[in-house]
Amino acid sequence: MSACRGGNGELADYTARLEALAIELGMDFYPVHFDLVPASFMLEIAVYGLPVRMRHWSFGVSYLHHLVRQHMGHSKIFEVMFPGDPCRAFMLEQNSLAENTLVTAHVLGHADFAKNNALFTRFIAMAGSNILEQSAARSNRLERALAAHGQQRVEAVLDAALALETHIDVDQPLHRDRYAEFVGLKSAAPADRFGDRYARLAGEADVPANHPAAQCASPHAAQGAAQRMPLPPRPEPDLLWFLAQYAPEMADWERDILLAVREEAFYFQPIHACQIMNEGWASYWHARLLREAHFLPPDLYLSAIKAHSDVVRPFASGQQLALSLNPYHLGFSMWEHIIERHGIEKARQICREEDDCGFIRNYLDSELAEQLDLFVYQARKDGDTSIVSRDLHAIREAILAPKFNFGAPCVTVSSVGADGCLELRHDHLRDGRGLDLAQAERVVEYVARIWRRPVSLHTVDFRGVIRVLPTRRNPP
Amino acid sequence: MTATIDTAWYDLFSRGARDLLRHNSKVREAVHDHLPELIAGPDLITGSATRTVQVPLRMLEHARFRLADSRARAGVGQGRGQPGDVLQTLDPARAGAAEPGKGGDGGKGGSADGEVSLLLEFSVDEVMDWIWEELKLPDLKPKPNTRVDTPELVREGLDKHGAPSRLDRRRTAKEAIKRRAAQENPVPYVNGDLRFRQVVARSRPSTSAVVFFVIDVSASMTELERKLAKSFFFFALHGLRRKYAKVATRFIAHTTRAWEFTEAEFFQVSGSGGTIASSAMRLTLELVRAELDAAIDNVYLFYASDGENFTEDRGPASAALTELGGMLNYIGYIETLPGMPRTVDTEMRRLCGELQRRGLPIASSVLANPDDVWRALRKFFVQEAGAVAVDAPGGPAR
Repeated sequence: MSACRGGNGELADYTARLEALAIELGMDFYPVHFDLVPASFMLEIAVYGLPVRMRHWSFGVSYLHHLVRQHMGHSKIFEVMFPGDPCRAFMLEQNSLAENTLVTAHVLGHADFAKNNALFTRFIAMAGSNILEQSAARSNRLERALAAHGQQRVEAVLDAALALETHIDVDQPLHRDRYAEFVGLKSAAPADRFGDRYARLAGEADVPANHPAAQCASPHAAQGAAQRMPLPPRPEPDLLWFLAQYAPEMADWERDILLAVREEAFYFQPIHACQIMNEGWASYWHARLLREAHFLPPDLYLSAIKAHSDVVRPFASGQQLALSLNPYHLGFSMWEHIIERHGIEKARQICREEDDCGFIRNYLDSELAEQLDLFVYQARKDGDTSIVSRDLHAIREAILAPKFNFGAPCVTVSSVGADGCLELRHDHLRDGRGLDLAQAERVVEYVARIWRRPVSLHTVDFRGVIRVLPTRRNPP
Repeated sequence: MTATIDTAWYDLFSRGARDLLRHNSKVREAVHDHLPELIAGPDLITGSATRTVQVPLRMLEHARFRLADSRARAGVGQGRGQPGDVLQTLDPARAGAAEPGKGGDGGKGGSADGEVSLLLEFSVDEVMDWIWEELKLPDLKPKPNTRVDTPELVREGLDKHGAPSRLDRRRTAKEAIKRRAAQENPVPYVNGDLRFRQVVARSRPSTSAVVFFVIDVSASMTELERKLAKSFFFFALHGLRRKYAKVATRFIAHTTRAWEFTEAEFFQVSGSGGTIASSAMRLTLELVRAELDAAIDNVYLFYASDGENFTEDRGPASAALTELGGMLNYIGYIETLPGMPRTVDTEMRRLCGELQRRGLPIASSVLANPDDVWRALRKFFVQEAGAVAVDAPGGPAR
């Protein structure tokens, strides 16, 4: 333990005793490795999401924004924890002893969540439990690519890859096979019992009957000739995987960058999908651990619990109203409510099985919504912000709206032409409106640079009229 | 629990700062593509070449697929109130995702990023270098019989004898080292080691030029058209400055009459009424005759107009331009024409086209938007340098 600040010996002592207490209370987590780091390092984690990550100019923009905000005192990050075996936790070295005691207890809550929640365990099972080392290794490979191929070419790949970062399909495995090349040849036996049962459901034949593949397949199938599967066999939401697998003339190092970004997206997805649960769970546990840690001196306990109430408060100080939910507060209140009603065993089951969608829909009840004074508001671009509803279903859906599909619009690869043209389609009916056309046009440009054939995107404009991007075929 | 002791290395480098630098260099590249819009300050033309242009810019944005803005944004809030209650008027708060980490700012989420912008500074020389590189412009051609008037001493060669003030110590030391390497019992220096720089007298051609900027300020010239003319003048002048050691500028504006102005006034003046181009031509002629020797001085004229001219003025304008064309190195006519291109030639276009066909050093170009400035510059400089006049693809002139 670092001796550079007073109280760190005490912190080490408290940490050991908090861990023992946590195990006594039935928490279950991989060992946690704590580091005290300077604010500049914390800032970079906030910008990159990982301590050592591939570099790209867009992080520079975000870095400047964070720097400005930090100088204005808007944000202070107390801790970050990376799940794995062991978990890696970083705490700000400027934190007071009381704050770091609280943070330690909080991190133990996260560690427990990460070891038990299905999404987290699935990722760790697929990718291994040393995300930081892997991310640093990917960053290293990127540096080598930069040295070998030059900034322009590497940046072209990263521009596209990071723009499509959230367009992955987490229902598919991280290491995923290419499609079967021919109709009728199953690519592989269904990997698990669920997949097997799903495939045998009515209407879930491998290719829908009205799909061109099925129609043209039947006459040939009679002749016994192998018929090529259309590419892709069904709309493909995992754009990063598809580009990496099927882009014509893609070099191995380019594919490596795309897949590296995809793997990191697979890592970020559970964090995004479980934010309310995870922060609430950690807040519940840090409050409980502090409460039952009788070895803490009373004044330290008071300061720590004061920090706790700052973290889980619903409003900024001096305000009676908030136009955004504090996930710490919401999650904390929900877990307290659940444990009070159903007991800790039920809570642990929920923690294992749900993500935020299931958590909010199943366990945010009208009593709690009323108690928390939740409401749905509408902010008109040209005017007032007003409360529109206190209906429970509306509240749930408004909380979850930014969480669907990893927060990304639903864009799929719909076909690849015989000449290699790539066609993307935005499901505007599902998303309720079209894409921001100016942005989408630029993303299509990024993609076209690495696809190396024309790329088009179907969406709708604000009137609901179909628009096909790019509007100019050949950018000057 | 374990903890590392030594985290000092975290302070040694900043990935964020490195990526920010890369971002800034990308911004420079982007600026590169939008130069004409950026050159907007007054007095830029007569300012010294060492001055810089400051450009405020927004941060670049990495594009992503995102949904179009809807008229109303829904969100979840917390607090007392009934459906229908107005919480804010003209909403300044933007309820974004909560801060990462335990910032716990429960109030106005993610309010006020503060719209960070950059202020980049470019030296005018740097800007001009970009342009010349980009347009691959040739250097200009001074008049062949340019006056040979400024004698100059130029350093040329070395000798063993010379004035002590011209002693080349480095060469002398080298000679001494060579000699000492070859001798048995060397002495540090001997007279034979000394080397003196030699100078010869050369006469250098005078390379000064005078540029007349003429602009039509009649009522039909709008602010936008003048801005186009100004960007063109700016770059044309700096193009000439690359070739000539001294470039004098004269500014003339005309409506039905012509006046000479200072640069600052030149871009502010606005006149009313009709257009008589010959008034400005005649004023230029008078000035050239009175102050310059057309046979040896390099004189350039750039004339910007919207192309309107009184029909009665056709004869005088043609005569004045013909005479000027015989005396000047080059006349550039630019027609500022924001908006739709016209199908019919304007009065001035027709006139210039006619003179060009008669072999006078005159060229015309149309400026419809800031991008055309490049095309026009390329056209003028390529043609003036005597290279084969290659019009840029899709160039407006015929």
